[in-house]
Amino acid sequence: MLEQIWLLPTFPLLGFLSLVLTAGKLPKRAVAVIGAGSIGLSFLTAAVIAFQFLGAGEEVFVKTVWTWMSVGQFTPGFTFYLDGLSLVMMLIITGVGFLIHLYSTGFMIDDPSYSRFFSYMNLFVASMLMLVLADNLVLLYLGWEGVGLCSYLLIGFWYENPANGYAARKAFVVTRVGDTSMAIGLFLLFAQLGSLNIQDMLHGAQSQWATGSTLPVLTSLLLLGGAVGKSAQLPLQTWLPDAMAGPTPISALIHAATMVTAGVYLIARTHLLFELAPTVQLLVAWVGLATLLMAGFTAMTQNDIKRILAYSTISQIGYMFLGLGVGAWSAAIFHLMTHAFFKALLFLGAGTVILSLHHEHNIFKMGGKRKQLPVAFYSFLIGSLALAAFPFSSGYFSKDEILLAALALEGPGIWLWIGGVIGAFFTGLYSFRLVFVVFFGESRGHHDAKEQTGFSMAAPLMVLMVLSVFGGWISIPVDAVFSHGEAHEEHHVSGLMHGIMIVVPLLGIGLSYLFYMSNTLSVEKLMASPLAQGLHKFWFSGWGMDKLYDAVFVKPFLWLAHINRKDLIDSCYGFVVELTRAAHQLVVRSQTGYLRWYAMTVVAGLVVLITLGVLL
Amino acid sequence: MILVLLITILFVGGLLAWLSEIFDPAFPRVVALVTVVVELLLMLTLLGATDSPDPAWLVSFNQQWLPRFGIAFHLAADGLSVLLLILTAFLGVVAIGSAWDEVTERAGFFYFNLLWTLAGVVGVFTALDLFLFFFFWEVMLIPMYFIIAIWGHENKNYAAMKFFIFTQVSGMLMLLSILVLAYFHYVQFGFFSFDYTDLLRVNTSGSLEMLVMLGFFVAFTTKLPIVPFHSWLPDAHSQAPTAGSVILAGILLKTGAYGLIRFAVPLFPVASMQFAPIAMTLAAVSILYCAKMAFAQTDIKRLIAYTSVSHMGFVLLGVYAWNEQALQGAVMTMLAHGLSAAALFMFAGGLQHRIHTRNMWEMGGFWARVPRMATVALFFSIAALGMPGLGNFIGEFLALLGAFQANVWATVASALGLVFASVYSLWVIQRVFHGAYRGTPENSAFDETKLLDLDNRELTYYALMMIGLIWMGMYPQSFLDLSAGALQTMLANTQQLLNSVVVN
Repeated sequence: MLEQIWLLPTFPLLGFLSLVLTAGKLPKRAVAVIGAGSIGLSFLTAAVIAFQFLGAGEEVFVKTVWTWMSVGQFTPGFTFYLDGLSLVMMLIITGVGFLIHLYSTGFMIDDPSYSRFFSYMNLFVASMLMLVLADNLVLLYLGWEGVGLCSYLLIGFWYENPANGYAARKAFVVTRVGDTSMAIGLFLLFAQLGSLNIQDMLHGAQSQWATGSTLPVLTSLLLLGGAVGKSAQLPLQTWLPDAMAGPTPISALIHAATMVTAGVYLIARTHLLFELAPTVQLLVAWVGLATLLMAGFTAMTQNDIKRILAYSTISQIGYMFLGLGVGAWSAAIFHLMTHAFFKALLFLGAGTVILSLHHEHNIFKMGGKRKQLPVAFYSFLIGSLALAAFPFSSGYFSKDEILLAALALEGPGIWLWIGGVIGAFFTGLYSFRLVFVVFFGESRGHHDAKEQTGFSMAAPLMVLMVLSVFGGWISIPVDAVFSHGEAHEEHHVSGLMHGIMIVVPLLGIGLSYLFYMSNTLSVEKLMASPLAQGLHKFWFSGWGMDKLYDAVFVKPFLWLAHINRKDLIDSCYGFVVELTRAAHQLVVRSQTGYLRWYAMTVVAGLVVLITLGVLL
Repeated sequence: MILVLLITILFVGGLLAWLSEIFDPAFPRVVALVTVVVELLLMLTLLGATDSPDPAWLVSFNQQWLPRFGIAFHLAADGLSVLLLILTAFLGVVAIGSAWDEVTERAGFFYFNLLWTLAGVVGVFTALDLFLFFFFWEVMLIPMYFIIAIWGHENKNYAAMKFFIFTQVSGMLMLLSILVLAYFHYVQFGFFSFDYTDLLRVNTSGSLEMLVMLGFFVAFTTKLPIVPFHSWLPDAHSQAPTAGSVILAGILLKTGAYGLIRFAVPLFPVASMQFAPIAMTLAAVSILYCAKMAFAQTDIKRLIAYTSVSHMGFVLLGVYAWNEQALQGAVMTMLAHGLSAAALFMFAGGLQHRIHTRNMWEMGGFWARVPRMATVALFFSIAALGMPGLGNFIGEFLALLGAFQANVWATVASALGLVFASVYSLWVIQRVFHGAYRGTPENSAFDETKLLDLDNRELTYYALMMIGLIWMGMYPQSFLDLSAGALQTMLANTQQLLNSVVVN
């Protein structure tokens, strides 16, 4: 089966083609079978491949389907590269992807563009699989841009509303800024190392470049630019909250479980390059820390159920970046996996809430929905416990590993650890704020709502609940991939530190209980001070980054476009035309038809000529 | 001989199309279509051609014309020419298809002009005598002038005149350069020659070299076009009938790029390499400036016209990087842009034909009404913004990859064009297809009932172009292999010349 690894992206691609070519003429049932079935087939194939691959004890499997192009030294192929890392990724993408597709068959059933939805979804999965299975950076870039395109198409899926279109274009353009940085990185890597095959490139870099020299720093920085764009990290995170304009399963699949973690994958895949540039690697950690704190604070202030989850996603990817930055490669990928489980669960749960409450997004118009929406309630409870790293939930194990690795780092490690722990406190706070406000207390609206959930929507939630609880016990086979770099010696961590890491998220949950459940503490009183109001406003706006970019990039560009609408350069040619016309007018005036005028000019001309003759 | 046949068929076909109008006004389009399809089939036979006496060319034809001045009727084609010839005939078919229902007035004369323009283009892509080259350069200009001036839109005379003057003035500079070059040959070898292979041997290095090279450069970059010689193009495109735009964007622009690759650099390698930093900077300026201009437009055809200029910047960048990847990138960009721009102009023209406006602010929310057209427009917009898997990506990526090795900063600046390409491409989709439906009756120019989806004939044309772009994107090797030999020969020749200059 290993030889047939190309089937993985082929199934969803065929699904995409058949849905596009039938142009929405298929009955919904057939669309659902094609749309979800193709991903199901991919998952089965992936499972069989994983079983054989691991059973045979192989470390790497490479399969070239055809040479894409061959120009001089530049010979990227449609080549699949399977190792522990891409194996984990392909299982997450097809597994969680299938669950979300299954959920969507129910969630989108009333949408007139049912077929269009699944065609984009299938294309997305195909692109994402290309991204993680690519053996060279050009093919990876194909998947990278492909998922970006699908993200654009799906954010703007409900195109009648111009705001959705704006959010979609914003997502595409902002990530394209990162993509361009990455593309320049590829040009530089090729110019210096003569290959864009990932393994050749990494080995070339290791043998030719000294640790800390300019070239590894520059190339890893450029790749990091691509990663922060796709993974919505500072300073390119602004697109993700707006991306929530898309249908909720999209937010689960693309903007939580898979695409946004592509940046984490890219850095993990090229970790040998980042190890050659320790300063950039440390920068990755700081970017992660800054993002996780910023997004954590912002999540506390949001009222839109999906925006809270969006900021939470940004924050959790911040943890993954923190892990990458401190060299805990496998911990970062581990957190990527557990996050895929519990965040997909949370988003799908949110989808159920939104669908049941007639597209209500504001959590303060919900309240007490525990009884009305039991499935959504348990989804949120379990998902939030895992998100807040409640002991022995899946999120606990993965976050724990990252923070321990940060602690083990000499020098700035302790600060990264402290920041990460503070972030964990706020994670507990904001995630349970959501749970308490939506599901407990008094009902603040939609009193008679019924939960909309058939088998197709409930079953994926159940599976994801199980994975969110027990996912932490899965061991991912990535040791062989990262064995070169990872610090394996056991660090002695005092019981105190362990205790802090367990207790702090609980404190966050407790504080949110006091504010939103028992009302022992009052948000209104807290908000009375102008400082708190100002801070709230600042955090709510996502730290003013949108305004900043608007002022620095968007407005000047629009202004420039506006003032030069007529094309300055064309006006220069217009000037030539005017000059010719003016000269023409001047000469026309001499054509008066009066004989005395002609006679006078002849005499005047003679005088000038004679004077010239005398003078010279 | 087949090359002469290729040109003759088009000239004769044009005349027949004109004459056939006497019998029935529906005949000319049929005659034209048959002519161009025959032309296309004949060109495909060139792929296996081996009857050339000259190993550097797949086919060639050489006949004395004005021996006293060393002017010959010398035609030849290598892989590069064949690729462009096939593109020409293919887009010729597409252009006739786009004119099928649109042009009803004086149809005979229209198809006559269309075919004669194509004849000129075929001549330009095959002429190896510079005098003959100039002759064909003019042949493709004049019928195009008529196409814009007679079948154009509201401001057609201005646009046609502007097109004519820009091309003619720059063409005169090239003629001057050709004459000087022939004179150089006379001085160095004792007889006149306009033959490409003879002129390649002329030692041009000297104070005049840069000026003579610039004559070619200006003529070709006006055609391409490149900032600051671009301003004729938005007017010409917005006023031209759809078929005119298809030919103009798809093929005529590529003659400029072809001229740079075939003549400007190989004839003046030293001056060209000295000039390369300026040319590459101009390319970057052109890419960014016109991307910005495109975004500012309200007229959909003007917008697409500016994107054309922006994309041609990648061609110029690739040509002056002058290495294998960059040149292959330039050629792939020419081919892929030929299809994507032609399709986008066809879409814009089709839209104008339906609703009688090009103003995007009068459009919006068309997706639900014309889903086929929306999907097609989305596909070609995505192709134009450089989505991997489609031809334009291969071209632009290779051009940038190669250019990076020659000039880092110009390449980095040009790469920013990728961001702006996404801004304007997605803007078109938003304005026309997304948002709330805007088919308001108070809008006088907008006739809602005519807003119909693509018919099967249109869909067939678009499907052909889509297949072409996917082929180019997924297996570009079919195209790269064809042009590889020609490009490698040129690279090796200029390298040899450059080395000899260094030795001297």
